[in-house]
Amino acid sequence: MNIKASRKWAFLIPVVLLVLSLTLVGCGKELSGTITEAGSTTVQPLAELLADGYMQKHPEVQVTIGGGGTAQGITSVNTGLVDIGAASRELKADDPQLVKHLLARDGIAIITSPDNPVDGLTKDEIRQIFGGIIKNWSAVGGPNAAIRVIVREEGSGTRTAFEEMVMARPEPAVQITSTALQQNTNVGVKTYVAGNEDAIGFISFGYIDNTVKALAIDGVEATEENAKNGTYPIVRPLYFLTKEAPTGLVRQFIDFCLSAEGQATVAEEGYISIA
Amino acid sequence: MKKRYLIDRSSRSLIFVLALASFAVLVAIAVFTLKEALPALQKIGLLDFLLGREWRPTNGQFGILPMILGTVMVTVGALVFAVPLGVGCAILLAEVAPQRVRLILRPAVELLVGIPSVVYGLVGLVLIVPLVREIGGPGLSLAAGIIVLTAMILPTIISISEDSIRAVPKSHREGALALGATDWQTMWRVVLPAARSGIAASIVLAIGRAVGEAMALVMVIGMATAIPMSPLDPARPLAPSIALEINYATGLHRSTLFAIGVVLFVLIIIINSIAMIVMRRGAHAQNVR
Repeated sequence: MNIKASRKWAFLIPVVLLVLSLTLVGCGKELSGTITEAGSTTVQPLAELLADGYMQKHPEVQVTIGGGGTAQGITSVNTGLVDIGAASRELKADDPQLVKHLLARDGIAIITSPDNPVDGLTKDEIRQIFGGIIKNWSAVGGPNAAIRVIVREEGSGTRTAFEEMVMARPEPAVQITSTALQQNTNVGVKTYVAGNEDAIGFISFGYIDNTVKALAIDGVEATEENAKNGTYPIVRPLYFLTKEAPTGLVRQFIDFCLSAEGQATVAEEGYISIA
Repeated sequence: MKKRYLIDRSSRSLIFVLALASFAVLVAIAVFTLKEALPALQKIGLLDFLLGREWRPTNGQFGILPMILGTVMVTVGALVFAVPLGVGCAILLAEVAPQRVRLILRPAVELLVGIPSVVYGLVGLVLIVPLVREIGGPGLSLAAGIIVLTAMILPTIISISEDSIRAVPKSHREGALALGATDWQTMWRVVLPAARSGIAASIVLAIGRAVGEAMALVMVIGMATAIPMSPLDPARPLAPSIALEINYATGLHRSTLFAIGVVLFVLIIIINSIAMIVMRRGAHAQNVR
């Protein structure tokens, strides 16, 4: 009988511990403030820096930044999975109704490897290359090599903005070729293009560094200046989205991002501040 | 006495309940997937879905033929390399290698089985893709996918095949050798056929992993929507396609991704059924005592 009693008791211990730990998890959430964000990979590095700056000023708040692409950001904030969704394009007619907060503007750069001799293209050449009509670099002043087109996945705000601003106008719209490789982050595209001298792709201005070369479009260099003064043709808005008008912690965080301090961070990172 | 009877009975019913639970989970998965996929299948039509060649969700085009071909090509490609290599390595470990070598190799193989897919994908992206690019094409290709997938299914085939070969009774080998057969003849004509069902099981498991592999392939196979014409072209198998788009797809698009899941389900059922038939024939031919 002694053995049986202790066995029963031993069995209960892990159960009790489990139940206790579950209740403690609930306790944790109520004590501190948390803000969750997800969506555009273009906005992601900027959001992370803004979150760091905000958390330094308000150490009791935890801001978690995620990626996943613009479409995921929209879906997640709409279903209540996260507090803030990030988008790197205008909202479309069939997107859910959300409150937009303009965070910054961002140019989209057409990138190639630094080893590629081509420095600039016309908008029409870009359309034809991404549409799979021009297939060889020699047609645009480069070496005799097949052009490797790499794009983002369909839910990417960067891709949608690119399609709307470059491929869709002027009419008739040109579709991105079905032979284009696909990667699902800005980093993925950049890494591939940096290592492949026949590749061409597009990324956010904020991701440009010296591992890739940003081409001039119709003679306009891909610089922040040109994006700001409107001469560079591919510029899109970066939004923080909330389901309804934000309150409390979320409102404070967004206000911080739109303040002079937040916008200074925006400018430092290669995006265009709205201040 | 009564206590022992009670314990026996209750353990038996507990195990029965657990077995039912696993079956219930399987049924639940099938029902849920089918339910989510139904809107897509009804709207697009099964034939247009399976045989359509264009996948452009924003344009409302949902043809998955390139994806089905992609899955078939990458799986068959990986098997072509992994089966001979895997069974060969299993023979090596079971029969030829000295005990010391086996003590190192066998745990290494079992460790490889446990490595997460993402790690295989990362190594493939950084190591294999540039190598493939040297040969030709963009690097992100069917070939890179085949190489990575081979590495992933090899340990499964090796460990299970080796166990099967070891399980063949010594009497088989001794009998063959006593009749004057060489080592190779013994292996090829006596031991391997005797281990056939175990080896077949390992191959079926390997196929299952290959068909379902998503994360590693998303990173190395290129994910272009066109049908690959050569191993150096990018491909887009079924499972990676779901992984690439499920995070953000809504409405009809989301439903089509579940429909792809249904296709994968059916594919696995077909493959497993064929394997069971083959194994049953094998058992018959051996005149199981």
